[in-house]
Amino acid sequence: MAFMGDMMNPAPFWQNGPAPGAFYNFPGNSSSFGPSNHSVKEFKAHSAQPITTTTTVIGVKFDKGCVIAADTLGSYGTLARFRDCPRVIRVNDLIMLGSGGDYADYQYLKDIIEQKIIDEQCIGDGLNLKPRSLYCWLTRVLYNKRCKMDPLWSNYIVAGIQDGEPFLGSVDKLGTAYEDAAIATGLGAYMATPLLREGVDKGNLDEETAKALVRKCMEVLYYRDARAFARYQLGVVTAAGVKIDDVTEIAHNWSLAHMIHMK
Amino acid sequence: MSSIGTGYDLSASQFSPDGRVFQVEYATKAVENSGTVIGLRGKDGVVFAVEKLVTSKLYEPGANKRIFHVDEHVGMAVAGLISDARQIVETARSEASNYRSQYGAPVPLKYLNERVSMYMHAYTLYSAVRPYGCSLVMGTWNSYDGPQMYMLDPSGVSFSYFGCAVGKAKQAAKTEIEKLKLADMTVKELVKEAARIIYLVHDELKDKQFELELSWVSKDTKGRHQLVPKEIATESENLAQQALADIEDSDEGDM
Amino acid sequence: MLSIDGNFPEYAVPGAKQVRFEPYADNGGSIVAIAGEDYAVIGADTRLSTGFSIYTREQKKLFKLSDKTVLGATGCWCDTLTLTRLLQARMQMYEHDHNKSMTTPAVAQMLSTMLYYKRFFPYYVSNVLAGLDAEGKGCVYSYDPIGHCERSNYRAGGSAGAQLQPLLDNQIGLKNMQNVKEAPIPREKALALLKDVFISAAERDIYTGDCIYILIITANGIQEEKFELRKD
Repeated sequence: MAFMGDMMNPAPFWQNGPAPGAFYNFPGNSSSFGPSNHSVKEFKAHSAQPITTTTTVIGVKFDKGCVIAADTLGSYGTLARFRDCPRVIRVNDLIMLGSGGDYADYQYLKDIIEQKIIDEQCIGDGLNLKPRSLYCWLTRVLYNKRCKMDPLWSNYIVAGIQDGEPFLGSVDKLGTAYEDAAIATGLGAYMATPLLREGVDKGNLDEETAKALVRKCMEVLYYRDARAFARYQLGVVTAAGVKIDDVTEIAHNWSLAHMIHMK
Repeated sequence: MSSIGTGYDLSASQFSPDGRVFQVEYATKAVENSGTVIGLRGKDGVVFAVEKLVTSKLYEPGANKRIFHVDEHVGMAVAGLISDARQIVETARSEASNYRSQYGAPVPLKYLNERVSMYMHAYTLYSAVRPYGCSLVMGTWNSYDGPQMYMLDPSGVSFSYFGCAVGKAKQAAKTEIEKLKLADMTVKELVKEAARIIYLVHDELKDKQFELELSWVSKDTKGRHQLVPKEIATESENLAQQALADIEDSDEGDM
Repeated sequence: MLSIDGNFPEYAVPGAKQVRFEPYADNGGSIVAIAGEDYAVIGADTRLSTGFSIYTREQKKLFKLSDKTVLGATGCWCDTLTLTRLLQARMQMYEHDHNKSMTTPAVAQMLSTMLYYKRFFPYYVSNVLAGLDAEGKGCVYSYDPIGHCERSNYRAGGSAGAQLQPLLDNQIGLKNMQNVKEAPIPREKALALLKDVFISAAERDIYTGDCIYILIITANGIQEEKFELRKD
C-alpha cells in the first residue's frame, strides 16, 4: 500500500527543508515564482482541497452500544449535487463507520477497509478487527497523508463494541483522534454536540432514547445547516451486531418560515 | 519413465526429443503423492472435500489446512506441496483483491482462473525456476452464473468441471463421482457424498491418519465460501463412516 | 513598483491566493510539573479543543513512560499522539535491549533528539517531562517544539504556560520576594499549588478547563489524582 510509506526505504533524514547549508525558499516568493521554478512535486502535492463533500456525522454512546447518523447529500461546493451518498457502513459485526468531508476520499478508504476485512476473513482464524484497532489504524493513515501534505480530506467516526463495552471515537483529516460519549463533526460540532452532551449527561441513555436524540439532532441540523439534507442513514451497533436502517426522511415543516423577517 | 537420466529433465526450459517437459511431469507426480482432493459442482453450489493426511500425531488438530478462502466468494482446495500451494493462494488472493480495487466488484472465477493459470504456466517456461508442485480446485457461486468450478494443474492447464478429483486416489474418486447426478444435486446432498467418497478412497493401510476438510460455496451461503458448519460436517462424516462400515460388513459376508 | 521579475522580500506576493492545507492544529491544553526532593508531580487538564469548540472534556494528556517517568504533552494533538506512540515504542525497544527501563534523564535526551529529527516539519507539541532521576531526586524537563531541552524544578507548559510560569516563579522559585528562605517544597504544598494554578488557568484560558489529572511520582510508584475544574 503506497500511502503507508516504505519501511525498507525510509524518508531522507532532512524533510521539507533546505539541504544542510542551503537556504529555505518560502512558497510564493520570487525565487519560486514562474513556471520554470515549479517542480512536478509541487503540482502533485499542493492540490489538496475537497470536491464533493458531505457534512456532519454524529455519534452517541448508550448503555449497550452506539448510534451513528449522517445524511446522504453530496455537495459540490454550494450545489446540492448528489442526493444518494450513503456514508454509514458496517465494517464487521462489531464495528460501524461514519464519514464526513470529501466523498471520494471516503470511498477510497472504504474500499481499503473492506479489503482489510476480506483479507482477515481469508485467514480464517476467527479473529476479528476491533473498533479501537480500526480507529488507531485510521489515525495512522490520515496522519501519514497529512505529513505528505496530501491529506484525505475527511472526518471519521468509529463506533463499535470493544471487549463488551461500547466504543465511540473520531479521527479527522490531520489524524487528530479522541474518544467521547458524544461526537459530532463539521457544523454539527456546534449544533449537535450540545444536544448530545445534554442527553449523555442525564445518564442512563438506552437504545431508544439515544436513537430519538440522534434523530432530533438530525432534524435540527437539517433546519439550520445549509449543506444538510432531509434523507439520512442511522445505524446502531450493539453486541448483537450492526444494524443500519434504510435511508429515512425527516418530516420537515417550513410553515413557520413566512413569519421570519430579516431586516 | 524411460527418459530419466537422459539430461532432458533438469530444466523446465527444455523439451525432451519426444516433446515433453519432464520438470512439469515431475511436478504432477508431486501432486499425485498428496491426499485426495475432490470438488463437486451441484445445481446450487460447489462443495470441496479434502483428505488431509496427518503425518504425525504431534500436529494440532486442524493444522496445515488445505482449503483456503481466496476472496469472500471464492474457495480453493489444494493438493500437492502445501508450501507451493500457499504461495499460489497468496497470488490468487492478490489477484482477487486487485480486481476488486480496479473494478469494485468480486472477481469472476473465469477471470481469476485465467490469471492464476497464466501465473502457474509462467513457471513452466524458464530454467531458473521450477514449476509449482500443486494442483488447485477453485469454486464459486453467484446468482448470475450459478455454480462454477475450475481445476488447475502444475502445467498451467485448467478446465471447468462438474466434478473433479486430484491426488492419491483420484481414479477411484472419479469413478465414484461419475456415478452421481451432479447437476441435479444440492450442496447439502453433495457434502454427504463428498465425505463418503473421501472415506471410501482413503487407503487405511498406507496412510493411517487423516482429517476430512469440507467447505462449500452455494446459494444457501449467499455466495460466500465457508467451511461446512460443524453439525453438518460431523453428520456427513458419521454417515460416511457408517457407509464404509456397511461395505466392510457386506464384504465379510461374501467371504 | 515592484515587479514579478525583481527580487521580492520573503513574504506574500500579489497574485492568485493560494489556499493551502494547514497541517497543524492547536488543540490547547496546559501542563504543570513540579519536582521536589524525592518526588515529582505533574498535572495536565483534560480539555481537547479547537478554536471555540471542545472535542472532548476527558482527554488524558499524561503518558506514563516508565515507573519513574511521565510525559505531559499538549499542542497539536495528532502530533502528540504520534510522538508519544513513537516514544513508547522506543522505551520498549530500550527495555528489550538493556533489560532495564530508561532513566528519566535518558528519556529526556532521547525526546530532544526525536523532536530535532523533525526540525523542518516539527511536532507542534509542548512537552514537559517529569520524573525521578538516577539518584531518586525529582526532576522536570521542558522542551520547545524542535527539541531544545532544559532541566528545572518546576515548569508550566501548553496554552496557559505563559500565564502560569510567572506564578510558579514567584511561588516556588521565590522570585521577586524579600526576606524569604529557600527551602525544598513539600509534596502537599506542591500539590495544592498545582491545583491552584490550574484553577487560575481555567479562569483566563479558554483552552484549559474541565478537569485535571495529576500524577505523583515517587520511589514507591505513580499515584493518580483527579481534580475538577470549571467546564465553561
